[in-house]
Amino acid sequence: MRHTISLLVENEYGMLTRVAGLFSARGYQIDTLNVAPTLEEGVSRMTLTTHGNDHVIQQILQQSHKIIKVIDVVDMTIVPHVEREMVMLTVNAQQGEQRQEVLSLVEIFRAKVVDVNTDSFILEMTGNAEKVNAFIELLKPIGITDIVRTGPVAMTRVAHVKAQRLKDEDEEFSELTLNEKV
Amino acid sequence: MKMRGARILLESLRCEGVKHVFGYPGGAVLHIYDELVKHAEELGITHYLVRHEQASLFGAAGYAQATGKTGVALVTSGPGGTNAVTGIANAFMDSLPMVVFTGQVPTHLIGNDAFQEADLTGITRSCTKHNYLVKHVEDLAPTIKEAFHVASTGRPGPVLVDLPKDMTAQEIEFSYPETIDIRSYKPQVYGDPKAVRKAVGAMLQAERPVLYIGGGAHAAGAYEEVKQLAEKLNLPTTCTLMGLGAFPASHPLSLGMLGMHGGYWTNMAVNNSDLLISIGARFDDRVTGKLSEFASGAKFIHVDIDASCISKNVPCDYPVVGDAKIVVQQMLKELEEQLAGGEKVASKVSWHDQIAAWKKQHPLWWKEEGDVIKPQYVIEELHRITKGQAVVSSDVGQHQMWTAQLYGFDTPRNWLNSGGLGAMGYGFPAAVGAAVARPNDLCVAVVGDGGFQMVLNELATVKQYNIPVKILLINNGFLGMVRQWQEQFYEHRYSHSNIEVQPDFVKLADSYGVAAFRATKMNEVSHTLEKALNTPGPVLIEMKVAREENVFPIVPAGAALKDMILS
Repeated sequence: MRHTISLLVENEYGMLTRVAGLFSARGYQIDTLNVAPTLEEGVSRMTLTTHGNDHVIQQILQQSHKIIKVIDVVDMTIVPHVEREMVMLTVNAQQGEQRQEVLSLVEIFRAKVVDVNTDSFILEMTGNAEKVNAFIELLKPIGITDIVRTGPVAMTRVAHVKAQRLKDEDEEFSELTLNEKV
Repeated sequence: MKMRGARILLESLRCEGVKHVFGYPGGAVLHIYDELVKHAEELGITHYLVRHEQASLFGAAGYAQATGKTGVALVTSGPGGTNAVTGIANAFMDSLPMVVFTGQVPTHLIGNDAFQEADLTGITRSCTKHNYLVKHVEDLAPTIKEAFHVASTGRPGPVLVDLPKDMTAQEIEFSYPETIDIRSYKPQVYGDPKAVRKAVGAMLQAERPVLYIGGGAHAAGAYEEVKQLAEKLNLPTTCTLMGLGAFPASHPLSLGMLGMHGGYWTNMAVNNSDLLISIGARFDDRVTGKLSEFASGAKFIHVDIDASCISKNVPCDYPVVGDAKIVVQQMLKELEEQLAGGEKVASKVSWHDQIAAWKKQHPLWWKEEGDVIKPQYVIEELHRITKGQAVVSSDVGQHQMWTAQLYGFDTPRNWLNSGGLGAMGYGFPAAVGAAVARPNDLCVAVVGDGGFQMVLNELATVKQYNIPVKILLINNGFLGMVRQWQEQFYEHRYSHSNIEVQPDFVKLADSYGVAAFRATKMNEVSHTLEKALNTPGPVLIEMKVAREENVFPIVPAGAALKDMILS
């Protein structure tokens, strides 16, 4: 199953390799990865998607948590959250019917045209992975000449922030993280 | 007072209470060695010059294993660091507290493929608990403080601090931080009380429990607690290779070592248990054999300070994350309460009888065959002569298993070996570290002829500092464990395991000025050993043993524990 994992990390030299290296050393997969600063200086948020059975995911969470400069690890998939990624596409848009069809898809998906050429557009769209995939599928017959995706970023819905903190000192810690999932 | 980085490093070591450093100089660490020669005495730091960087790491590891204190190694950049990698990986696998200082090319040259440059933080990222590259001299002291803290707390491990040469040259005011707080690193030491309660409940009900003690019991110093737990609940108790000595081998409840070369009765007890209580062990493949058939009727209690170890290999029924000493204390208290509340300890009479019957059925065995020295006999004699009280540092291979099986460790921290990584060459330099740390104890390195030849250059080290390590060389002219596997699992095809072309070890030791003895017959073993062990200073004792002796029992790789081969 696909999981979105959010790591809060000290933005120190080599931090990305520490996380990526852990995944390669232990044979886990990183499907997408996104790193950016947070409001707090020196602290970054890494959002990655991976896949595996419950045992693998549990190991990923625990092993990442063990990296000394990882402040917090949350498996977003099992807590209520909002997830978005952005895609930019260069698509064919010849004068006439094709151009109209692209623009109507832009309308339906609440995408944006960010660059216009005589025979192509650059489109920008955000949504969850399913929506992005659907948009791409519909544009494929028209002709996509280039594509860039950010991979998902995710945010916990405020009321549920407490749910599954790996570094929580809550006494339920070991049961929540170890018993129920294994 | 303003001082240069190199001096700050040494002052920081003093603040950390470091007395001994194992190292090897080179271009990038010259400032440090310069300060060392000027200030070693006032700092109270003794530096031991090894003859290969790997030995500085093994020495620091032996130091850590023999004392529980953080071992310190110092090597230069590039090849100094890369030579150290095996030693770092060893400490990582065996969770030994260690801080490794490596030189690095000056910051302005980093990334330029400079002379003796290697990306040491990159190379060691996956075999250190954490590592640092110091890029500003004002970060030096805080980084060292943090390195020692990380290395010695939680699940201990090696921490590397990479020091560009300019960092040791620049001058700054020295002040050492008194406290440290790493927001992202807060090891959980106290067990969750509910988890402890449930685990104790399961212990009371178990009819066929086994207590399974790993290296974590040493790391936490949980000896008294573990013993109390075993005695209060009348628990048959086994130690892993890394756990040996955490529970006295001569204790009536001791089952000895489990796993690939564990006793028949031990493995049968584990495999037929209804509750396996693991304290600071990690269900390593050399312990479990085929996972799907490992103690398949048992529930598992797993106490570990590293949450990622729990349910990594076997699904755990009663996980408790925390420090072994503290959690077992919590368990003992909880046990008192539950017993006071009317709970009873389930009777285990028939279980103990069953285990005793297994032991009677297939005890550990070896057989005399004429004059030829049996290696097992050497270990038994070593135990007899040293009264089981020596610090024994083993290399890797057959002799390691015979020592683990037969020496009978009653005292904590007297058993040193490379368990996780299985690094040949560990035994001798680790014994050097132990002898430095514990000058009043007899330190014996039990080594094979294969492993010893990887590190025999350290004879110069023990000679130079007159370090009284007794090297007990079990010489069978083979890479014994490789040969055994080739005999048992590769139809006797001894591919490149025959190393009978070797130096005359007695002459070799002699050429280093190290006293040496040799025995070639069974009846020479005792007096040769006694004479050698009573000789002051470093000594080499060569035992020419039976060439094709096997370690039994053995669980073939990937097989279930119950399928062990007994003879």
